[in-house]
Amino acid sequence: MYKIAVLGDRDSVLGFKALGLDVVFAEGTEEARHTLHQLARGGSYAVIYITEQLAAKMGEDIARYKDQVTPAVILIPGKTGSLGLGQTALQSAVERAVGADIA
Amino acid sequence: MPSATINPTRMELTRLKGRLRTATRGHKLLKDKRDELMKQFLEVVRRNRELRAKVERGLEEANAAFTVASALMSPEMLEQALLYPKQSVELDMKFKNIMSVDVPVYAFHTRNEDPTEIYPYGFAQTSGELDTALEALSRVFQDMLELAQVEKTMQLLAEDIEKTRRRVNALEYVMIPQFQENIKYITMKLDENERGNITRLMKVKDMVLKEAIEAKRAKDAQAMEAFAARRGSV
Repeated sequence: MYKIAVLGDRDSVLGFKALGLDVVFAEGTEEARHTLHQLARGGSYAVIYITEQLAAKMGEDIARYKDQVTPAVILIPGKTGSLGLGQTALQSAVERAVGADIA
Repeated sequence: MPSATINPTRMELTRLKGRLRTATRGHKLLKDKRDELMKQFLEVVRRNRELRAKVERGLEEANAAFTVASALMSPEMLEQALLYPKQSVELDMKFKNIMSVDVPVYAFHTRNEDPTEIYPYGFAQTSGELDTALEALSRVFQDMLELAQVEKTMQLLAEDIEKTRRRVNALEYVMIPQFQENIKYITMKLDENERGNITRLMKVKDMVLKEAIEAKRAKDAQAMEAFAARRGSV
């Protein structure tokens, strides 16, 4: 049985707590990085949602989990709205598969 | 340029021909695999794009309602209202096989029987906007989970396509040409040896013939001499 974690700043992710997800607050990049690896290492989280605001400076840390089945690290927009990073990740996956940027 | 270490022998030639056959067949199979993976991948990408747009829109709505709620309530009250959730979500993960890539399939179930039971607070001390925010969140959550599944699938497929693509290219542009080159080299070398052998045999034959003729001539000359001597003495 796996769990779902949501990682982000307090105001963006507090609401997920009511849905029954495990909410972890992180304000700075360093803290977020540390927390992400800790969550991933435990192996009990299959999905970790992280706000784009935090993820913006953690490209390498997130890329590390790309080829592993667990956890799936998924970007969601934080309270200040979408930064378009999710789209960028999609783009880069396409680029990786095709070997060229198609649309 | 054939590698310097190959032996120009018939055995090596047979071996290389076998490997070339295997490589050609593998190349064809991998190419088919890549094409099918690509087809699946593009479908997943399309679905991912849809879901992401939907999730981002939904979360924006929820965040807007949440901002209003947190403006109306004090941060302590808000925290207190949400601190102890009534609901808890567990995730079930199964695997689906797409062209020998294992991709996850998520299914979640809530511990509380009633999935709409998401308000962990009494309604007396909280504002209605909080209810709206939580409702919006719970609505978007189903899509969020599917987004996670699709996005992971996409990443795993992308990795596998990259790997397959490299293999196809390595076979097509390195292995197969190299085998062909080596086979050609060995065939030419063997033919060359064959020709060398024939010339050598012809040469030897010439030499043997020459010797035989000379021996014969010497014998004839001797005979002639003997004949002449006998006539002289008679």
